[in-house]
Amino acid sequence: MREAGVLTTARRGFRAGPVTGVWRTRAVLVAVVTAVLLVLVAAVNLGRGDFPIPVTEVVRILLGGGDPADAYIVTELRLPRTLTGAFVGAALGLSGALTQAVVRNPLASPDILGVTDGASLFAVASVVLAGGAGVSGLAVSPVGTPIAALAGGLVAAALVYVLAYRQGLDGFRLLLVGIAVSSAAVSLTTYLLVSANVQQAGQVLTWLRGSLASRSWENVVPAGLVLAVGLPLAIVLAFRLAALELGDEAARGLGVRVDRARAGVVGVAVVLAAVATACAGPIRFVALVVPQIMLRLSGGSRPPLVGSALGGALLVVAADLVARTVLGEAVPVGVVTVVVGAPYLLYLLVRRTRRRTV
Amino acid sequence: MTTDLTRPDVGKTTRTRLRTEGLQVGYDDELVVGADGGLDLDVVEGTVTAVIGPNGCGKSTLLRAMARLLAPRHGHVLLDGQRIDRMPSKQVATVLGVLPQDPVAPEGLVVADLVARGRHPHQRWFRQWSPDDEAVVTEALAWTGTSEFADRPLETLSGGQRQRVWISMALAQGTDVLLLDEPTTFLDLAHQVDVLDLVERLHRERGRTVVMVLHDLNLAARYADRLVAMHDGRIACSGAPADVLTEQTMRDVFGLEAKIVEDPVSGTPLVLPVGRRQRERDDSDS
Repeated sequence: MREAGVLTTARRGFRAGPVTGVWRTRAVLVAVVTAVLLVLVAAVNLGRGDFPIPVTEVVRILLGGGDPADAYIVTELRLPRTLTGAFVGAALGLSGALTQAVVRNPLASPDILGVTDGASLFAVASVVLAGGAGVSGLAVSPVGTPIAALAGGLVAAALVYVLAYRQGLDGFRLLLVGIAVSSAAVSLTTYLLVSANVQQAGQVLTWLRGSLASRSWENVVPAGLVLAVGLPLAIVLAFRLAALELGDEAARGLGVRVDRARAGVVGVAVVLAAVATACAGPIRFVALVVPQIMLRLSGGSRPPLVGSALGGALLVVAADLVARTVLGEAVPVGVVTVVVGAPYLLYLLVRRTRRRTV
Repeated sequence: MTTDLTRPDVGKTTRTRLRTEGLQVGYDDELVVGADGGLDLDVVEGTVTAVIGPNGCGKSTLLRAMARLLAPRHGHVLLDGQRIDRMPSKQVATVLGVLPQDPVAPEGLVVADLVARGRHPHQRWFRQWSPDDEAVVTEALAWTGTSEFADRPLETLSGGQRQRVWISMALAQGTDVLLLDEPTTFLDLAHQVDVLDLVERLHRERGRTVVMVLHDLNLAARYADRLVAMHDGRIACSGAPADVLTEQTMRDVFGLEAKIVEDPVSGTPLVLPVGRRQRERDDSDS
């Protein structure tokens, strides 16, 4: 006997060859709209600059046509900047969605797990300390700082993980240790900045605000690669997130090896965020804000992965567009995301505190 | 893989499904269960076992170790004769289900989705939903009377309704053996009876083997075939409710003076505690 299915119009099963799953109309709709907006904003961003190019022309160039001179400006000069922004934003959004789902806390993000501040510390150290030792030319090369940032992000995250691990990984302890490690990294960064000379400090400060200025294809490739590997991996891991979000005991009861699954998810999130930070500097709040916004738009119980990636890309490219259009070419994109993100963080904190006290 | 919710052949055997051998479990430096040489317990197929005992006697710890949620210090847990810690966790999850005490669902999770999570052990990341899964989930909802809530977020339901949904999830998991850690805590009496009636039906109609930790002795006596009374991390006595719930056991295990009478509704033992007030009144009368 089979009664009416539990799959309603909001929730449909799908089959694609051997792959089966469930999709939600609303979440798919939100993702599609976000993707369309992303393409539009990116096209507008590509058209802007000292030499404006109409959006229709930009689209024509991207499809392989258009005027060769315009095409050179768009694909060689401007596309790397926008693509880096989109990839970095997507990596951050995805990283945040993974972190929040696995820690089961909307305030969790790789920013808080120490990745961002650890990356900043190492990046600053690579400029300031190497400069002091007289090999600044080598260390400040476009390759040196990103690699230092990547290493810093991974080291800080590993430190947080080791310090927070005590017969398993508790989400709340992870947050507290992450905040402590981040604060330590920030004070060390400040110390380095104070002891640096003016020229070095200026160089580093632009990087520290998270900037997409003068990005080349060298920046696009690592961000694109990590996303190409990270997104499919995240989707595979998401299967275990479905059990993990019921709590450790229920997940164990469902046959999930909790610590291993959680380490896998956190690992992917950390690498995504560290590479993103290495490519564009610390663009703050994207990983925190985007998954929560996408969750509220899409519905469901945890941030959507693909939706958060698309939303992150949209936010960073849009922030870049706003920075360049409204505030002037020199303003780094990270400043705009902080302006958007900080009030939102306050809102989240106030909302949670209220609920606790009621 | 087809999962048949009805198992007519089950319940007529005396096969041991779950067994602990010399089990010692603890937290940090302290052994909570089996401090005096380990705890042995057999759970026979098709029975309902209730573990009772005062607060801190280790009954929940025992259940959690049996469900491989806690690793024992010494000894082991055998599921169908195989060491549970040597079996793939996912394989265990197709035979043994566990409902933790006071489970928490994330905000926004709707009932149908939660019950569908019970199918997790039967799925792979690339095969997350099948017509089988859907049929099982639909039936599990209907069976506990929660179909009407399928589209509602769990946090909008009452405590009793929520517990029925969690039981649906355990049912959807389709395991022969089900461990329930205080399934009636935080529920009023009517909903406690409601939940235990469900457990009773799981056992009778579905042939499930159930082990549950219960606080209420009278309900435990009514709904369990076998009681296991624990005290200081060891089994003080076990057996049929009438053999376990005696005035002596009440004194030894719970430190409580009590009269045991026959429950006029079910014929099982009924514990009537004698508090100080009654004792003093008796003394002054005599």
